[in-house]
Amino acid sequence: MTDKTAHTGKNTGGGDVRLTGISKAYGSFTAVHPLDLTVPQGSFFALLGASGCGKTTTLRMIAGLEDPSTGTIFLGDKDVTDLPPYKRPVNTVFQSYALFPHMDISENIAFGLRRRGIKSVKKQVDDMLELVQLGDKARHKPHQLSGGQQQRVAVARALINHPQVLLLDEPLGALDLKLRRQMQLELKRIQTEVGITFVHVTHDQEEAMTMADQVAVMNGGRVEQLGAPADLYENPQTTFVANFLGTSNLIEAEVLETGSDVVVTAGGGKLRVPGDRCTSAVRQGGKVLVGVRPEKISLAHADDAGSIADGRNRVTGRIVDSSFIGVSTQYVVNSPAGAELQVYEQNIERDARLRPGAEVVLHWNPAHTFGLDAAQDIDAGVETVEDAG
Amino acid sequence: MSTTTLTKKEGAAPVEEPVLRKPSTRKRLVPYWLLLPGIIWLLVFFALPLVYQASTSVQTGSLEQGFQVTWHFQTYWDAFTEYWPQFVRSLLYAGTATLLCLLLGYPLAYLIAFKAGRWRNLLLVLVIAPFFTSFLIRTLAWKTILADDSLVVDVLNALHVLDVTSWLGWTEGERVLATPMAVVCGLTYNFLPFMILPLYTSLERIDGRLHEAAQDLYASPATTFRKVTFPLSMPGVVSGTLLTFIPASGDYVNAELLGSTDTKMVGNVIQSQFLRVLDYPTAAALSFILMAIVLVMVTVYIRRAGTEDLV
Repeated sequence: MTDKTAHTGKNTGGGDVRLTGISKAYGSFTAVHPLDLTVPQGSFFALLGASGCGKTTTLRMIAGLEDPSTGTIFLGDKDVTDLPPYKRPVNTVFQSYALFPHMDISENIAFGLRRRGIKSVKKQVDDMLELVQLGDKARHKPHQLSGGQQQRVAVARALINHPQVLLLDEPLGALDLKLRRQMQLELKRIQTEVGITFVHVTHDQEEAMTMADQVAVMNGGRVEQLGAPADLYENPQTTFVANFLGTSNLIEAEVLETGSDVVVTAGGGKLRVPGDRCTSAVRQGGKVLVGVRPEKISLAHADDAGSIADGRNRVTGRIVDSSFIGVSTQYVVNSPAGAELQVYEQNIERDARLRPGAEVVLHWNPAHTFGLDAAQDIDAGVETVEDAG
Repeated sequence: MSTTTLTKKEGAAPVEEPVLRKPSTRKRLVPYWLLLPGIIWLLVFFALPLVYQASTSVQTGSLEQGFQVTWHFQTYWDAFTEYWPQFVRSLLYAGTATLLCLLLGYPLAYLIAFKAGRWRNLLLVLVIAPFFTSFLIRTLAWKTILADDSLVVDVLNALHVLDVTSWLGWTEGERVLATPMAVVCGLTYNFLPFMILPLYTSLERIDGRLHEAAQDLYASPATTFRKVTFPLSMPGVVSGTLLTFIPASGDYVNAELLGSTDTKMVGNVIQSQFLRVLDYPTAAALSFILMAIVLVMVTVYIRRAGTEDLV
């Protein structure tokens, strides 16, 4: 490890994974459009998208299991594009785990070391079993283990080789929700402990946000947006990202004036959007989409409209639905500005008047508003979230 | 049982218990009913003849005076000492044919399972296509294929292959027919499908992602085959070799049609003892000796191959 870092340290590329102009086409179908991506060394990087968005294909190209149609793949300063998978310093945790059924757990974990001609593997295998907390299962066969245990074996089998990059292909997809949450923390712990670059493919936006340092949101074979989870969430650049990561209220609006603040009109009311939170198309005027996250919005009964502080964005409407979630209450509000706006209110002091049918005012800090180009599908990424459950 | 009597005494209260039991007894019997036809078949056509054979093997007498059970176990020893070369030859021919079947069949089964794509079903049909013709006719066809003036023999001669095989004792001079090689060729040809089909079944079951996992873990394609594919296909290898070796070791048609008096297998001896010499006790004893040898070999083989350990 140390000599590897020292060696690559001289180079500008470091130990990063760099994809330049990588694409993959199957006949006339393009699974991945030419994309450039840099995964910083030691980071936890997530490729997030719905099924069929090209995220797994991208991962398999890094692993060498898929030949890219164009482009090059660098690991550090080394071009590995033409290397077969068994010559790449990269290991994969497969979605189905793909444990060897005819070998016991310790043989499975030792497989990679043995293939590289390392004879005394016992110590390393034991350490690895310890890391994934399966010390007592060394002599079991994979089918004797539960899904979560198999998943940890798959991680151990890959990690023991100290790969430059660990690739995880929806490794938690087959687990039930509770176990998945547990394994997310586990994986994050392991990654922090070993410091290896993780590239994690998932369709679960919550998983990507809780685990990753950086997330690339993919859609239709392209990277829609790349950034830290909080950045992606707060500053989506496209409607797909706004809808796919969490929930967004998107309102169609017309630009009135531009400046440090953009002022727009929607459903008869005026809204202010910080200029630096607008995509370039918005600043040129015309039609735009104004977005705000449901939890940023406060709800006031129409009778209390006067007590709302000045300078906040306001939208009037009528509650059509409310559901009590425990930690919060979710309201659906119809307004002249847009139908079915979502509002999440924390259950601190519940206003008994906020019931379906009540006239309300939605108000929020203009700083939490973002502006998007109107020339895109306002519902992009909405259904896919529901599909993924 | 005690619960049933109790419920009856107590009256109506837990009625559901007998109601629940009735279908369960019937259900428990279902497997036995399903087994029945097979058991009857085995009893009538396997167990009973076997007992009859066993009794024949310890009888003495002659065709004219009739045979009596005299517990004459000497027959076994006599049969074995007289015909042991045929036993050795049978096992040798069957073993060679099995090995050849494995060498020919494995690549083909591998191709059909992993590389054939949409041709898979067609290839499988072709594998069993020979069964549309009778076993005898196919074996007779090999008489033509291996005839002295046939193309195959001419080519083998021209390539001096027959010089080598003759030196090894597999063929004689410029002939192939009526030599050990002809018999082994016939056996290999006739039993090849019995090797390919189980091999295909076990190869086809292997998850392709295991190959990817192995390659991802630094195994070259050759190592992947050695460490993953082949071990996982062991159930197919074992059942394929058994389905080939067992019938081949008792076969007499190939030796009869393609061989000579020097290539007689134990099957030929049994056949002639039964049908020509009419020495039934010796024929029955030979059958039992062959069965015992094969049984022991198969048991040892399965133990060594360790298939019970495979998933």
